[in-house]
Amino acid sequence: MAMPDGALPDRPLAAALAAFDSAAVVGGKFDRGELTLEIDPARIASVCGFLKHDRNFVRLSTVTAVDRYPAEPRFEVVYHLQSIERNERVRLKCRLGGGQPEIDSVTSVWRSADWYEREVFDLFGIRFAGHPDLRRILLPDDWEGYPLRKDYPKTGQRV
Amino acid sequence: MGDAGVPGITVLEDEQTASGPRRMVLNIGPQHPSTHGVLRLAVELDGETIVKCRPEIGYLHTGIEKECEAKTYQQVVTLTDRVDYLAPLSMNLGYCLAVEKLLGLEIPPQAQWMRVMLTELTRLNSHLVWLGTHAMDIGAMSVFLYCFREREDILRIFEMFSGQRMMTSYFRVGGLALEPPRGWNQRIKAFIDGFPSKVDEYENLLTNNRIWTGRTRGVGYFSLEDMLDLGVTGPMLRAAGLKTDARKDEPYSSYEKFDFEVPTRTESDVYARYLVRVEEMRQSTRIVRQAMDGMPSGDWKAVDQHVVLPDREKMKTQMEALIYHFKIVTEGFRVPEGEVYQAIESPRGELGFYVVSDGTAKPYRVHMRTPSFGNLQGTSKMVEGGLIADLIASIGSMDFVLGDTDR
Repeated sequence: MAMPDGALPDRPLAAALAAFDSAAVVGGKFDRGELTLEIDPARIASVCGFLKHDRNFVRLSTVTAVDRYPAEPRFEVVYHLQSIERNERVRLKCRLGGGQPEIDSVTSVWRSADWYEREVFDLFGIRFAGHPDLRRILLPDDWEGYPLRKDYPKTGQRV
Repeated sequence: MGDAGVPGITVLEDEQTASGPRRMVLNIGPQHPSTHGVLRLAVELDGETIVKCRPEIGYLHTGIEKECEAKTYQQVVTLTDRVDYLAPLSMNLGYCLAVEKLLGLEIPPQAQWMRVMLTELTRLNSHLVWLGTHAMDIGAMSVFLYCFREREDILRIFEMFSGQRMMTSYFRVGGLALEPPRGWNQRIKAFIDGFPSKVDEYENLLTNNRIWTGRTRGVGYFSLEDMLDLGVTGPMLRAAGLKTDARKDEPYSSYEKFDFEVPTRTESDVYARYLVRVEEMRQSTRIVRQAMDGMPSGDWKAVDQHVVLPDREKMKTQMEALIYHFKIVTEGFRVPEGEVYQAIESPRGELGFYVVSDGTAKPYRVHMRTPSFGNLQGTSKMVEGGLIADLIASIGSMDFVLGDTDR
């Protein structure tokens, strides 16, 4: 599933982002009418701040993750952004390794990230640095394991 | 104070420490008639004023997203019904459109228009349940009975189409599950002809009712900036003056061919949300009528032998059709590698399906961006600083469904 390095899709938004921080965008594609930009995980918060304030992406639709187990880097954290003014959507993606997956929180950019990041933490076990209240949200506090990981069984008895 | 020691209940750290002579923490839910499901609100009060409100969710979490990964693409349709159980056809539609986008599948016009017609009936169904229960929360019992009278007609129409009243699963990847039943247009026509006068009845009961306006006007104000920042969507945004609707902005399933208005208000209070939703019911009626009158003829499912089940008749006469039927039923169909995000306008707001395929017959990941989850996140901001007496009116105006929130 690896994307070709350096092959940036020819879209105005990709160019604007590359001009803002040339090291931030590490890949991307334009597929089925949807733009995906792969972002360096260390720069996600600054990229989101730029997109919100300079490119009018006032809405963060959702934050979620995909587990590519057993491939490494294992996790993809996926952000869906929407600009109402320009009626445009973009998907950002950050790849994280499986050991101690952690990424900066974007709650300082959009407050709506709060619950979405808690959900990803709850179901995937990815930590968000700087999140104000990183607790489980859907499962009980004493739950063991992270159900949406691919190595978490769908059925069976807990032993 | 608080509920320390009750198993399964999260005790908030500040719940134990409400300080000052007038401060107390009030626990509402998880089982409370006005939370319409299982939602818990830990509310800190100063006298009658809400200082802090912390919603706790997850009581209805069923792991549907995990379950999707173990089913074939077509089987997942039946799971989507159970997420937002008041708008099952909207859920079906969002999911089917996402998978069809991955497949690059063209849907015939009749199926698209049928989908529009039935999703708009679903919107009516959902808004009727909302209006009835919301009015009952505030004390207008009779509205509930009026709304459920019309809702029953809609459920009977769903039953006529799919055999099911609620968990319809009538939309499938590739079109519809069954051929539209004989005589469907008379049934829809009878309903649609009578419905506008029924909406007038609801409005007669509420719009100028002094108790209703007294309980809803100026209550639950929520600024547009806060809503956008907190992820609120749908009628809530429209009641704050933002003309946004995925049916207009990012048309899907032929919505661009229908003539309808997107109602807005600017007050952004409980009353404005009520007016917006009532007007949406009238607009949905218009859409259903247009779809019924202009229903194209032709196929009700796509022509793709690898994805869509063959006709019963062909199975009996053609070996190839029989083989494909067996393959699709036992193994499912393969979907090309890729990922899509499909957003639609559900009765509650932006419903998005993020579907990732790894090229096999089962989805690699299905994420549902459900409107209730986003809307509920705004609860604290909306009710803090208001009165405890207005809390139920405020949260009722959000129209959340807990199945939709917790998945």
